[in-house]
Amino acid sequence: MPSFLHSLASPARFQRIANAIMPWAVLLTVGLIGTGVVWGLAFSPPDYQQGDTVRVMYIHVPAAWMAMACYAVMALLSASFLIWKHQLADLAARACAPIGACFTAVALITGSLWGKPTWGTWWVWDARLTSVLILFFLYLGYMALAAAFDDRERGGRAAAILACVGAINLPIIKYSVEWWNTLHQGASVFRMDGPTIDNAMLWPLVLTGIGFNALFVVLLLVRIKSELLARRIEVLQRARAAGRS
Amino acid sequence: MNAFLATIARDLRLATRRGGEAALTLGFFVVAITLFPFGVGPGPELLGRIAAGIIWVTALLAATVSFDRLFRADMEDGTLELLALQPLPLELVVLAKAIAHWLMTGLAVTLLAPLMGLMLNLPGDAYLPLIAGLLIGTPSLSLLGGVGAALVLGARRGGALIGLLVLPLFLPALIFGVSAVEAVLIGMPLAPHLLILAALLAVALPVGAFGGAAALRLALE
Repeated sequence: MPSFLHSLASPARFQRIANAIMPWAVLLTVGLIGTGVVWGLAFSPPDYQQGDTVRVMYIHVPAAWMAMACYAVMALLSASFLIWKHQLADLAARACAPIGACFTAVALITGSLWGKPTWGTWWVWDARLTSVLILFFLYLGYMALAAAFDDRERGGRAAAILACVGAINLPIIKYSVEWWNTLHQGASVFRMDGPTIDNAMLWPLVLTGIGFNALFVVLLLVRIKSELLARRIEVLQRARAAGRS
Repeated sequence: MNAFLATIARDLRLATRRGGEAALTLGFFVVAITLFPFGVGPGPELLGRIAAGIIWVTALLAATVSFDRLFRADMEDGTLELLALQPLPLELVVLAKAIAHWLMTGLAVTLLAPLMGLMLNLPGDAYLPLIAGLLIGTPSLSLLGGVGAALVLGARRGGALIGLLVLPLFLPALIFGVSAVEAVLIGMPLAPHLLILAALLAVALPVGAFGGAAALRLALE
């Protein structure tokens, strides 16, 4: 496995594999999110307490999963960039950040829309909400730091160190905040004793959940490929400018 | 060990002699606290209830505004390169600088806290947990902030960036620092909160030393 991951560091091989994965990932994204959303909105039962409001879940919960998963991927890529100095890992980690920030924003906004009818307020300083908000700030800090250097390589390494420090602190922040205040319901899908959510609601949620993962892969590949192309353009322009003078 | 102590002593001497940088941080701390009664009203009851939170939040902000000076002056005049060239590992240089920073901000703020508590009508039982919490909690701020300060060396608008980078990391210290005070006020034991603050410090020590040294190496390339 490590040797396979190292071989990915060659941009040419990465492009080949990315091109092979891309159509399948797009197909999965459209198919799963499409089916999951239609199933969730039209055919799954309303909640016995919350009524139709519960349907926000089919977007909100996958977005929140991805908000955390993106940070984990970003931190792993950052660590591998610091250790093996693969340029592609840096590119991929940077490409993760805006995607993760968007998933986090979607989770916060849909959560707020869900909170108004069920809890009667747009925002509460509840543990989960607060820790997701902090996660959003960590993404913003990462992106601000990566963009703050004139030398791109240097910005990438500084941001990678920050991502690793953030990854160590994120669980600590999460548990401190949880101790501090909790109104949000506990986990009901990933539990040791099996999910407590009904199958009629679980299935559409699983579909959109996997669909969001596929969406992440699609967005990540597109961002990395466009960044590789942007760099190639830059190199060609420089070569041309040098040839002219 | 001598080089380690000498680094601390040098930072302390610089901070007390060059226009009193240490005093600037304390000035910021006192002025920022003075703003709160104007913001929330001078009622002693309300102020007493939120006094511990005000003091903790202001201590975080005071630490944050002082991080920019932690490495920047040494970077600009070349001292940082000499510090990196000496036999003392860069990790220990970072630790020494964090300790000096803590003595000038964290410890100073802790010593000033009782006076501020008096002015904010802090309940009598709350002084011990507040001071103990600040004493154990503020070193981790200096350590984590040191990573942020080292990361923004060479960045554009570095000073403005530090706050965004490090304030979210300070959240656990703030939570348990304030909850120590709350716990004592409702008659719960104080020790668990202080132990957690100490545990946070135990995490911040390696993160601060290794993260800060990695960031400095990057800045010195």
